[in-house]
Amino acid sequence: MNLKKIREFIIERLIFLGGMASIIFVILIFAFLLKEGLPFFRIYPLKDFLGGRFWYPISEPVQFGIKPLILGSLIVTGGAILIVVPLGLATAIFIAEIARGKTKEILKCSIEFLETTPSVVIGFIGLVVLAPFIRKVFSLPTGLTALCGSIMLAIMSTPTVVSIMEDAITAVPKVYKEAALAIGATHWQTIWRVILPAASSGIMAAVMLGIGRCIGETMVVLMVTGNAAVIPKTLLQPVRTLTATIASEMGEVVQGSEHYFALFALGIILFSLSFIVNLIADFFIHKGVK
Amino acid sequence: MVEEIKIETENLNVWFDSIHALKSLNIKIRKNEILGIIGPANSGKTTFLRSLNRLNELNPKYHSSGKIYIDNQDISKSDVNLLRRRIGMVFALPIPLPISVFDNISYGLRMQGVRDKKILSQAVEKSLKAAYLWDEVKDRLKENSLKLSGGQQQRLCIARALATEPEVILFDEPCSGLDPISTAKIEEAMFKLKENYTLILVTNNVKQAARVGDRTAFFLSGELIELNKTDQLFTIPKNKRTEDYIMGKFG
Repeated sequence: MNLKKIREFIIERLIFLGGMASIIFVILIFAFLLKEGLPFFRIYPLKDFLGGRFWYPISEPVQFGIKPLILGSLIVTGGAILIVVPLGLATAIFIAEIARGKTKEILKCSIEFLETTPSVVIGFIGLVVLAPFIRKVFSLPTGLTALCGSIMLAIMSTPTVVSIMEDAITAVPKVYKEAALAIGATHWQTIWRVILPAASSGIMAAVMLGIGRCIGETMVVLMVTGNAAVIPKTLLQPVRTLTATIASEMGEVVQGSEHYFALFALGIILFSLSFIVNLIADFFIHKGVK
Repeated sequence: MVEEIKIETENLNVWFDSIHALKSLNIKIRKNEILGIIGPANSGKTTFLRSLNRLNELNPKYHSSGKIYIDNQDISKSDVNLLRRRIGMVFALPIPLPISVFDNISYGLRMQGVRDKKILSQAVEKSLKAAYLWDEVKDRLKENSLKLSGGQQQRLCIARALATEPEVILFDEPCSGLDPISTAKIEEAMFKLKENYTLILVTNNVKQAARVGDRTAFFLSGELIELNKTDQLFTIPKNKRTEDYIMGKFG
């Protein structure tokens, strides 16, 4: 066997290993979560875990009801999506269809810049700028509310949503646009009735990935949502999300305790949620390719 | 007999960035004629067509000088959407929108705000008949237009262009992807359309220009080399380069 073939063989294997690594990591993470989280259900019934209204991990008797946490995550994410989807869609349409030359470049650059902004910085701005503002406007006891989290998450997920939507809009074959314009449709009619329907699967994928980004985000919500584990009734209440709970309690939990396993069980729930969301996003992406 | 001039260009120059795509073009197109435009790739044929309905303006690199008149009106001063309703266009590849046959053809009218079902269905029938497609699809109007064959799709696009009652129809290599039978049907439709419309046909198929065109223009590198009655251009071309091209020496 000559040297060239050996080199070829080694390089191929290395690339293969690199490709496999990411899959292996995901599997390992999930396996670890299951190993640490599943034992919890032997001591605490699943029904009380999912349906319980109170999260009192260190009082006597302990209660591990995650309903407020799940609802907290959902309300903050839902609010963020309601803000980011119309805003992101408008931005994407503007960048892809209307802006030209310098404007387009500057917009794209600034959105990419937003993407690289550390989440702790965004959280900090929410804490010192937005929260007091919300407190004043709605005359609340505190501005650290679900609304504050939603707005900051919306800002944070804008780059993801905008860039995927913009790709989807740009990927619509130019001929569709020209055909519609040549019939005498206005630019807006063309965008609304031809381009957006043609890009709809990519736009849906962007929405789903935006949801995934919001559900998984930790630092921003930890800083600005007030972290009160109560079942939220409005956006103007402090809430606590799944991620914030894990992040804030994992540091001081006694290893091997019931509380420790409960946090891993939370991790399983969170992992499953974002896995499902990503799966749906994937479905839309592949629907678009066909 | 004095022919009525439908379209006239005056020193039309088009650039895409630094590429000079059309060079001082002066051309007069008569009402109710079929003007064939032939020429090798990158000779400016399509650019010329797209100047007429101002589709070139979508390209940010585009800039131009000179004037285009339709019915003696400067088109740069007219509303672009109204202009495009007056000038239908049929593209090289059939581009049916992924909706039903009926919806495709009534699309332009609906965009203009026509809601009356009766008017719409009359327009659909009339356009389909003019495009020689009515008999084949009259029972399939509700079907998705992507189910039609390639040739039928292209005639659908012609019908769609006709539905808004334009005055001029631009054909950009309309038969380049079609079999000979479909091509023949589209050419037949063109002859019929000539009575009511002015047609401009860009084609890579020299024989098609010879079959269909009343007059034929030969473009080369953005210049109009020769424009004459079709039989004269093909039998006794005045310019050596025209002769070379139609004899197949280059292009």
